[in-house]
Amino acid sequence: MTAVIDFQGVTRRDGGLVRLDALDLQVDEGEVLALLGHNGAGKTTTMHLILGLLSPSEGQVAVLGGAPDGAHAETLRRRLGYLPENVSFYEQLSGREVLDYFARLKRVDRGQVGELLDRVGLGHAAHRRVKTYSKGMRQRLGLAQALLGDPRLLLLDEPTTGLDPAATRDFYDTVRGLRERGCTVLLSSHVLPGVEPYIDRALILGGGKRLALGSLTELREEAALPITVRARGHGGAGDLAQRLAGWDDPRITVTPHDAHEVALTVPPDAKLAVLRRLTDTAGVEDIELLPPTLEHLYTHFSAELSPAQRGDAE
Amino acid sequence: MNAILTIAGKEFRDGLRNRWVLAIALVLAFLAVGIAWFGAAASGGLGFTSLATTVVSLATLAVFLIPLIALLLAYDAVVGEQEAGTLLLLLTYPISRTQLLLGKFLGHSLILAAATALGFGIAGAVIAVGAEGVALTELAAGMGLLIGSSILLGWVFIAFAYLISVWVTEKARAAGLALVVWFLFVLVFDLGLLALLVSVERGGDWLPWLLLLNPTECFRLINLTGFEAARSYTGLTSIAEGSAFRPAMVTAILVAWILVPLGLALLRFRRRAA
Repeated sequence: MTAVIDFQGVTRRDGGLVRLDALDLQVDEGEVLALLGHNGAGKTTTMHLILGLLSPSEGQVAVLGGAPDGAHAETLRRRLGYLPENVSFYEQLSGREVLDYFARLKRVDRGQVGELLDRVGLGHAAHRRVKTYSKGMRQRLGLAQALLGDPRLLLLDEPTTGLDPAATRDFYDTVRGLRERGCTVLLSSHVLPGVEPYIDRALILGGGKRLALGSLTELREEAALPITVRARGHGGAGDLAQRLAGWDDPRITVTPHDAHEVALTVPPDAKLAVLRRLTDTAGVEDIELLPPTLEHLYTHFSAELSPAQRGDAE
Repeated sequence: MNAILTIAGKEFRDGLRNRWVLAIALVLAFLAVGIAWFGAAASGGLGFTSLATTVVSLATLAVFLIPLIALLLAYDAVVGEQEAGTLLLLLTYPISRTQLLLGKFLGHSLILAAATALGFGIAGAVIAVGAEGVALTELAAGMGLLIGSSILLGWVFIAFAYLISVWVTEKARAAGLALVVWFLFVLVFDLGLLALLVSVERGGDWLPWLLLLNPTECFRLINLTGFEAARSYTGLTSIAEGSAFRPAMVTAILVAWILVPLGLALLRFRRRAA
């Protein structure tokens, strides 16, 4: 299978500033990839390169089988959807009119407009002016715009900023539905906990460089961050902690939480040994396993950056 | 081509919806009727004087108002969409930058043309009905020429507004530059020319040619030389004798004044980074 997005050693410089530094990236069809990074890490630059709004200073970009900044752009642009980070649609138009306008420009069947508005939950507000829309409604209108013409590739720049948790979940459910239909989705986000269950792989960028790329499992393996194991049980004060103290492995640390709960920090390879002892310990009633979250992984991978690097591209 | 019409149609509907068309038409009609009616005020009279005076006065009004209206209408054409974020989005659509800019230009041009025709048309109708002893054919010809040349003048300044709009990155700066352009072409140029006229004692055959360097002067030339009765009224025609100052020629120059800034705006827009 050929990659939908193919970056070969792509560098982008603006004046003396390196926005993106020798990035290699392949994204397959039907994959959901999260672009993570601090402000100025190169997320938006990466998206703009895919969209053909920028050309690489070095290296090669291919999207759906061609360079997005050349003659291929015309065909490519009808097959991709994009939701920019900050966009305020024509306020004096109604939601329906906005979508209708974009449908004409994308030369897609305008019968889709009503259906898309219903799909993002704006059917009831289709005839109201965008001026009266809330932030969440505007964002959903933007998503409907990106979905025009059944795109093969969807680029969403910070799509859930300003959305409440319920709207965020709805939003990601739509993304999941698209993925099941074979659409490739690239989304950038810094709201890490929300995005975790919906992505296949994550690309962590920092200072224009690729810090890590892989699925959550792969990233966890690579980072080898300790797992947190929480044990709960009965017994007097400090009792549980006492019974669970004293490990042969010096990497395991025990932190009593309160009288009934203890947290153990455990390296991945010692996980089973710890679990065995916990199940054998009298008084332990509940065990909870907390693998490192995307947030922990992100912190781990971006810790190598100096503070100056993290801020200089902003 | 289709994309150009889609964009132009949207722009024109915006103009109708936010009442630009109505507002411009009403302002022009109101001032034009006023000028026609109080045309004799300077000589102590009241009421419609003559068609020639009226046309000359209306042309003077148009020279001030039309460029200002055109610049205000269009200065944020590109920079406004850039600030809203829709420009970035439009650039990822399967339309070229040329189509985008020409579509918007066409839409704004139609707004101004419709409003000018409506405003001066109303004024013409009021004069035809209210004033006694006006030759209707002459009136129609005079007003027709005024409307046609006003539209051309408006398009020149819309083109200037576009050039400004693709050059800057802030709306406020575009507004400021638009006012500077208005000030230079409508006020400063005339003063400069006058100063030159006074200071040059002999020769000065080349002076009338300077008029062609300013689209508002071209507009004046069309209206003052194109209208039979107005010709005797102004000394302008005596300095502007010669083939280069015939209405057809001056109109061609006015069209060039549209095409050059618009062409520069297109070049700039195609080259600049998103």
